[in-house]
Amino acid sequence: MKKQFLGYEADQHQLKLSSKGEWTLQSVRQIEKQLAKVPCDKKIIWDLSEIEQFDSAGVLLFIEYLARFKKVTDIEVIGYTEKQKAMYDLLKEKSLKEVFTPQKQTILERIGQNTVEVYNDFKDFVTFLGHLFSAFFHTLMHPVDIRYKETIYHIHRSGFNALIIVGLSAFLVGLVIAYQSGVQLEKFGANLFIVDAVSISITRELGPMITAIVIAGRSGSAYTAEIGAMKITEEISAMRTMGFDPYYFLVLPRVFAMMIALPLLIFFADIMGIFGGMVASKMQLGISMGQFIDRLNEVLEVKHYLLGMMKGPVFAFLIAAVGSYRGLQVSENTESIGLHTTASVVNSIFLVIAFDALFSVIYTELEL
Amino acid sequence: MSTVIKAEGIVTRFGNRVIHDGVNLHVERGEIYGILGESGSGKSVLMKEMIMLLEPSAGKMSVLNQTLNNIGFDEAQALRRKWGVLFQFGALFSPLTVAENIEVQLKEYTDITKKMRNELINSKLNMVGLEPSVGALYPSELSGGMIKRAALARALAMEPELLFLDEPTSGLDPIGARNFDELILELRELLGVTVVIITHDLDSIFNIVDRMSVLADKRVVAEGNIKNVLQSEHPFVEEFFKNKYTQKYM
Repeated sequence: MKKQFLGYEADQHQLKLSSKGEWTLQSVRQIEKQLAKVPCDKKIIWDLSEIEQFDSAGVLLFIEYLARFKKVTDIEVIGYTEKQKAMYDLLKEKSLKEVFTPQKQTILERIGQNTVEVYNDFKDFVTFLGHLFSAFFHTLMHPVDIRYKETIYHIHRSGFNALIIVGLSAFLVGLVIAYQSGVQLEKFGANLFIVDAVSISITRELGPMITAIVIAGRSGSAYTAEIGAMKITEEISAMRTMGFDPYYFLVLPRVFAMMIALPLLIFFADIMGIFGGMVASKMQLGISMGQFIDRLNEVLEVKHYLLGMMKGPVFAFLIAAVGSYRGLQVSENTESIGLHTTASVVNSIFLVIAFDALFSVIYTELEL
Repeated sequence: MSTVIKAEGIVTRFGNRVIHDGVNLHVERGEIYGILGESGSGKSVLMKEMIMLLEPSAGKMSVLNQTLNNIGFDEAQALRRKWGVLFQFGALFSPLTVAENIEVQLKEYTDITKKMRNELINSKLNMVGLEPSVGALYPSELSGGMIKRAALARALAMEPELLFLDEPTSGLDPIGARNFDELILELRELLGVTVVIITHDLDSIFNIVDRMSVLADKRVVAEGNIKNVLQSEHPFVEEFFKNKYTQKYM
């Protein structure tokens, strides 16, 4: 059964309205429905003496309906306590003041604002790169200033610890490539060409790309989150006041470590990818491992491997720089770490793909 | 007495928002100097400009006889070794233990032996009233009061001439806060450091601060010892100092 929060007692001239029960946040919605049905054709006497419990939501509702009734009819309020009166006065005073409503932006304003943000973001990134390069060349001139311990720590974490996932990804990609092209090549009886297809595509394109994407997701995000958390706890400010420049102590070790670790990982990915292709060729086309390796010797020129390898340091720089940059951009709230980590991974993966396309164009133009 | 910090006509703008519009103040050697003001009046920003975390948009800031505008890299690095900073929430390096936190600068900037470093770490811990065993703990294992003490110990690691404290007693219980005040007084007696302190804490203001400046309306509305400041008739000073809570100090 529905609770009754209002009682009526009507005669010819007036309506006696009595509030009952709990006028609290939990029940205001029901009370409001009942209040809306109150007829306003006669003078109203509103008795509050039967209210058992009330809070500010209940009082606000009372204020609202009191004003409404006042507009259409006479009203008299009786039976209120001191406490109710005090809260009424407090809330009445506040509700009279202007209500704050946040201004809604138009679509044009939002487009404009986002454009300016993207522009400023770009400017900040250029500034970051400037700092980074100045620190980079300074340490090349003064190798004493390189933080060897931190660099080695990051090589271990972002390189060595990623071996399994990178190897497995490359192995599976090699396997899939061999399977897919195997089906087509078999139709033409060109079974042995599977070796060309797998080895060249893995070393030139897929090895570096898969490795870079896995590492961008794995270490790029970690860099952003680590540096971002330090930003929030003011550890970066603390470092600065102690004379520990974050570019030398946080960014460069990560960049150097990545530039060393990524090419090594690509080398490993190349091996695992070709091995994956080898396994698929054996299973599907019946090419023995010996045959595969003989053919590999003939078709895989060193230049393919080198051209793939050359992308390594570039991808590494992009991933580490973007990861660190996004980390340093984190502002003083926790939501910002999530946003910037997402941005870091999205940006670095996109940049890796874009630069890979750029390399393709350059290699083709140079007829390599 | 010589001047340790001098700010002349400092203007700070973030976009269109003006934080400071001509702030002037000076801090003398050996004093405990308070920076007061309502929240949003740019106290922390001003301190960040003193410790080179931010650059003012205009005006001249000098610290320990070095002008910070266009300071060279080497001079800036040298200056940074002469001060210690206590951040509001400690800002201890979370992957390092308390002892390692105190040790980092010693390790980086001096060639003293490991044994000597350990002795220094213990003496700093002792100075701020922490047990030597706390040195082995990580910042996440410490209470709020211990974090502040440990961060103070770190700030003292390089035997600074100048100490910056950002709301050192905020978030401490009343007794802890008074003990911290005592500690700051003791350190000043013991080491003769100059202390710049951002605070809202009336007890600290009336008991340990020698001179202070009050920031309001984008500038310093009152500077001097508590008597000088109380003479100001600026509305913020009236509201902050002349109310029922400050009666007991008068």
